[in-house]
Amino acid sequence: MTRHLAKIALTEMQAELRDQAMRFCADKSPIATVRKLLTLEIGFDAAVWAEMAALGWLGIAVPEEFEGLGLELADLVPVVEAMGKHLMNAPFVSTTLAAQAILSGGSDAQMAAWLPKLASGTIATVALFEPSGAWDLDAVDGVSKTFVMDMDVAEIVVTTVKFEGETRLALIPRDRITARRETIIDEMKRSYSFNVPEVSKADLMPHEHTAVTLDRIELVANLLQAAELSGAAMACVDYTVDYLKTRKQFGKVIGAFQALKHPTVDAFVDSEGARSLLYAAATHCEKQGEGEIAVRMANAKAEGALSYAADRSIQFHGGFGFTYDCDAQLYRRKAMFAASQFGDAAFHRARLAELLL
Amino acid sequence: MISVEEFAQQADAWFAEHTPRDVPFMMPLTFMEVGTDEQFDFLRDWQNKVYRAGYLGAHWPEVYGGGGLTQAHQDAATRAMRNNHAPIMLNAIGIGWAGPLILDTGSEAEKRRYLPGILSADDIWCQGFSEPDNGSDLGNAQLKAVKDGDAYVLNGSKIWTTQGNYAKYMILLARTNMDAPNKYAGLSFFLSPMRIPGVETTKIRKLTGEFGFTQTFFTDARISADCLMGAEGEGWKVAMRTLEYERGARGGQAGGYTISQTDPMEVVCLAKRAKRNGKPALEDPVMRDRLMVQIIEAQAMMANRERAKISPLVSEYPFALPMLSKLQFTEYARETGELALELEGAQSGYYVGEDASRENGYWQRSYLNAFSATIGGGTSQIQRNIIGEHVLGLPKTK
Repeated sequence: MTRHLAKIALTEMQAELRDQAMRFCADKSPIATVRKLLTLEIGFDAAVWAEMAALGWLGIAVPEEFEGLGLELADLVPVVEAMGKHLMNAPFVSTTLAAQAILSGGSDAQMAAWLPKLASGTIATVALFEPSGAWDLDAVDGVSKTFVMDMDVAEIVVTTVKFEGETRLALIPRDRITARRETIIDEMKRSYSFNVPEVSKADLMPHEHTAVTLDRIELVANLLQAAELSGAAMACVDYTVDYLKTRKQFGKVIGAFQALKHPTVDAFVDSEGARSLLYAAATHCEKQGEGEIAVRMANAKAEGALSYAADRSIQFHGGFGFTYDCDAQLYRRKAMFAASQFGDAAFHRARLAELLL
Repeated sequence: MISVEEFAQQADAWFAEHTPRDVPFMMPLTFMEVGTDEQFDFLRDWQNKVYRAGYLGAHWPEVYGGGGLTQAHQDAATRAMRNNHAPIMLNAIGIGWAGPLILDTGSEAEKRRYLPGILSADDIWCQGFSEPDNGSDLGNAQLKAVKDGDAYVLNGSKIWTTQGNYAKYMILLARTNMDAPNKYAGLSFFLSPMRIPGVETTKIRKLTGEFGFTQTFFTDARISADCLMGAEGEGWKVAMRTLEYERGARGGQAGGYTISQTDPMEVVCLAKRAKRNGKPALEDPVMRDRLMVQIIEAQAMMANRERAKISPLVSEYPFALPMLSKLQFTEYARETGELALELEGAQSGYYVGEDASRENGYWQRSYLNAFSATIGGGTSQIQRNIIGEHVLGLPKTK
């Protein structure tokens, strides 16, 4: 029934983009940089962001008429996968989600005003979650928003509001909002909350596209989250394996102990499966109806893979694993925060059950 | 040469027409479940029929009985089998392990002698690797092969010989040198006849209560010296290569499948009919979640097979996907069987032969039989050692 959704297509361009992104992120995001950025207010390197923009990455899935590259969602996956693998934080996903929201639901004037800017590196974000903690993007009170990523550096925010009793999408300039930084479990990311300001008609996106745009944002968010988590899972397994190859106890390199070796292999098998489902999701994400199936499968698997790999990584690092200095916590926290955004693995499986069973 | 597309269409039509339905006995789901003569005869005829129609060994050279086409042709035929839920191919060790081994490394005489009978199922093959005291520690195999003129004399015993009572040939790992510098160097590999004096098989009763394996006893059994494959003392290398075919880590098999895949949608059908707490099990949120876990896992395995064909997407660990497939697939099948039994609720307590059971105890048998694959061909624990050591580069477990 879902067999055809397991097919994977990879264009030459995507293969090149993947190589390029992996090299770029390895170069720009060594672990020392990741650690340094943890303590900085902004959480990413503005010079690196400018380079990403110069490479055209912000315009990947923006049509050429808006000065983008006119490629597809699938072409975003290699970039986010590489960022995930190298724990590189940048407002790439935030800006991409905002751009896709405007592309799906904005007026001609809104698209013309914002898409060329976003495609060239102007930062934007989306604000969809409310303090009720629900993942249902349609359940909108419109009073306050939480888990708004990269808010402080964004020029514009795509958010849901209540307008004349109706749920609407609005584009609100950052300078009309007073935001508060939130303390979140993933310290690589920057999250904010705010009270929704007074909204005028001029801020609104056309009402007829609201539902389809929310679906679109959810799809893209889940696809890119799968990419980030899948990339991180690969790296987390490698990180654990490196330690198991060097640490000695009882006169032996501890990787020789099956109690450590076998769960590490299980984590590796999971992360390989997550990768395959990710590429399948990239291949099929634009298919009407079925895209959601492929994407939710990939995200559910990737979250499970990273959670398990990182959980075991903490344990297998022993006393060092319990310290702030061990990178295992970075991976574990990443998985936990991702689970809190756009639905955890069980939520995706429940939605898939509705679609498939 | 016929195009792959056209060949695929023909194969699909052929299997749609010829795939047997409604057989009056329990159809074995794997080659390890062939326990009665009725099952054996049926499946031998079926493989022969598929072969004669051109859908097995389609890519093997014509001179050795194959179809002379390409791997893509055989893959299309295998897909057609799957799509039509055709029965398994019987001669698993022949078409999957011994066949590709002989095709890749055998002499011209060996290829001509053995390969046609493997495809037609006229010559059933079995495997003599495990011994009662040496299973996972295969390198310690002790069955003796002593050179005597132009013969070897065999003494010892092999166990878990699938279809041993039906087989004409055995791929045999035996010890030819007791004084070798290490246990591996004393081993040699034979293509050994089964129907000779001094070779006897005893059926082993499985945990299901059925048959399908034998123990094979060798008592002064004389085989010709030209049964030796490779050089004396190189048996371990040949055996390891054979295991790569067996585990799917190396290609070249004749095609088809010898283990039916457990389709998670069958379990979904079961969940629609089975009741839990007065409602269809499919409405139970816990069961729905667990079903989705299995469905996603099945999808991941399919996607892994797709990704394995795309070299830029496997560059980090090029051999990982084929090497992990055995572990992943067999554990998945076992877990799916277990889940099916839980879905049956009260009816999971019945067993094969009970009229009140669901599908005559299909899932009970299927779950218990699933261990044949998580244990046979290298246990899941050995698989994890292999993946850990050969793919991830972890130090060897001693």
